[in-house]
Amino acid sequence: MDSKKIPQTVPRQSWTFSNEVNAEIRRAAATGIYDIRGGGAKRRVPHFEDLLFLGASISRYPLEGYREKCATDVVLGARFAKKPIHLKIPVTIAGMSFGALSAPAKEALGRGATLAGTSTTTGDGGMTEEERGHSETLVYQYLPSRYGMNPDDLRRADAIEIVVGQGAKPGGGGMLLGQKITDRVAEMRNLPVGIDQRSACRHPDWTGPDDLEIKILELREITGWEKPIYVKIGGARPYYDTALAVKAGADVVVLDGMQGGTAATQDVFIEHVGQPTLACIRPAVKALQDLGMHRTVQLIVSGGIRTGADVAKALALGADAVAIGTAALVALGDNDPHWEDEYRKLGTTTGAYDDWHEGRDPAGITTQDPELMKRLDPIEGGRRLRNYLAVLTLECQTIARACGKSHVHNLEPEDLCALTIEAAAMAGVPLAGTDWIPGKTGF
Amino acid sequence: MQTIDMATTPLRELNATLQAQAKQTNQTVWEIANPKGAHAIAVGLDAPIEVTVKGSTGYYCAGMNKQATVKVTGSAGPGVAENMMSGTVIIDGDASQYAGATGQGGLLVIKGNASSRCGISMKGIDIVVFGNIGHMSAFMAQSGNLVVLGDAGEALGDSLYEARLFVRGSVKSLGADCIEKEMRPEHIAILQDLLDRSGAPAKPEEFRRYGSARTLYNFHVDNAAAY
Repeated sequence: MDSKKIPQTVPRQSWTFSNEVNAEIRRAAATGIYDIRGGGAKRRVPHFEDLLFLGASISRYPLEGYREKCATDVVLGARFAKKPIHLKIPVTIAGMSFGALSAPAKEALGRGATLAGTSTTTGDGGMTEEERGHSETLVYQYLPSRYGMNPDDLRRADAIEIVVGQGAKPGGGGMLLGQKITDRVAEMRNLPVGIDQRSACRHPDWTGPDDLEIKILELREITGWEKPIYVKIGGARPYYDTALAVKAGADVVVLDGMQGGTAATQDVFIEHVGQPTLACIRPAVKALQDLGMHRTVQLIVSGGIRTGADVAKALALGADAVAIGTAALVALGDNDPHWEDEYRKLGTTTGAYDDWHEGRDPAGITTQDPELMKRLDPIEGGRRLRNYLAVLTLECQTIARACGKSHVHNLEPEDLCALTIEAAAMAGVPLAGTDWIPGKTGF
Repeated sequence: MQTIDMATTPLRELNATLQAQAKQTNQTVWEIANPKGAHAIAVGLDAPIEVTVKGSTGYYCAGMNKQATVKVTGSAGPGVAENMMSGTVIIDGDASQYAGATGQGGLLVIKGNASSRCGISMKGIDIVVFGNIGHMSAFMAQSGNLVVLGDAGEALGDSLYEARLFVRGSVKSLGADCIEKEMRPEHIAILQDLLDRSGAPAKPEEFRRYGSARTLYNFHVDNAAAY
């Protein structure tokens, strides 16, 4: 038989050893070091789009979209704090450090959040005048590194967030490579210029929930019991971590799933440690309910919030508010197609740029380079963030009204169904078209 | 002298009273009776007052202190003078773990021994320990001076940055990137000043100096085994 007439076998790529996997093996072999990047988990995990709202029906009356009120305000920290936080919308800005972000980026976050009536959060590196000055409500993170920590800034803050973990890397510390340790960053962190700065993964002066209770007592005594105290946990053991935070005296629990971003850490850490946001919410809410603390201790959920539907779904599962980080940066201009030519020069493309730690961000956000920083106008950035926050809120209200709710907090799991068995199990809501909640009800 | 008796005064009232003292207060001398190991005594002070705690304290005594002089006549629990900014804290007895953790300024004097992680992540504070210190002391210490008249436990100065460590006695082991360094005249002067201010019964020439080798300041895969 003429060999030219024999049908050829189509070249088949291995699923296990895909081009992406092989490229990483080759990169590792060439460099001897793991891949470091910013952002959260990029892998597909069960998420909010695997849930749907049921909407109104004969037994559920909807509210009129442009006539009937659907409130969105949130009070955080009324359990013990003399001065709880009052927000107009249930969306906050998550902690991101000066150092990881430029000063204009921090200013833009403050401007946008303030216009929208919500809070921003400091990060690992202390409080800058830019963010304090432009944030009407500022949450001051109390981190293991304690860079720039001082009692005056604690008292200037509106709330204190004790960071135990974050979703991108539960159990991991921070990392800021030498390129971003400029004179100002170094001074704020009391470190030599240009070194690779490691932030500790554990707090230096307490371990465990009993110590945490005493640490919270100390912080309250220093600030006159005025400030709400949040405890931020990564999506590791949400039931027990939430219960222990409540037991230790937290006013608010901040729960960050694995899609939550980081400025920089090992890719293997981001993709392989921690649970998806969707899997974390119900266990945390159950812990609050078991302790009789649901709605008394507020729950803020973060990690992969992008739309008003995501906000509504998180609230329906029992959260009091959500926090956004990556989405806020995108609203400011991160990974914008406008910079595609420059992303190409860096060997990446719009939407995939995640080498935030290298400080060469074309959008001028995750950088300390004076020239790149100028690309972000903090006033325009603030407007964009305000607009985006307004859309998130309007979308959330639209859904809440469709479900007949006069406050977004009235959304409930009974308003939801799931498109996949996995999402049904994680969210504790029925698989669409059935009354089956895997793990809870039989077939 | 003003006396506050913790047997009858709640912690909140104690701290609120001390925190309310203005810089120009003429009530500069305070005594706290019956501390009985309570936590968070005399935290967040910000005035040049002298506070003597008559007994032993629990966690975080004199936390985030500014300006004040706080003296504990007994022993101190974990995290004494944590994140101190300025002022002086003196412990007549022993101190538990994390003494002076993340302290950014001021002087902490421990006349007894200090437990593990003394001076962890210190950022400018000066610490003088008359006795011994435990393991992992000065871990990730960034700046300031740690003076130990006795012995140091395992892994002294692990992953430290620019803090100076002076030890008169033995060091069980040095942590990653911590090495013995030459004692130059400027170090003798720094040490003499700290010994004088703390009233420590020792001479600078009796000490050895330890500091960062600075080989781990920028990550290199060849150093991975050091961690």
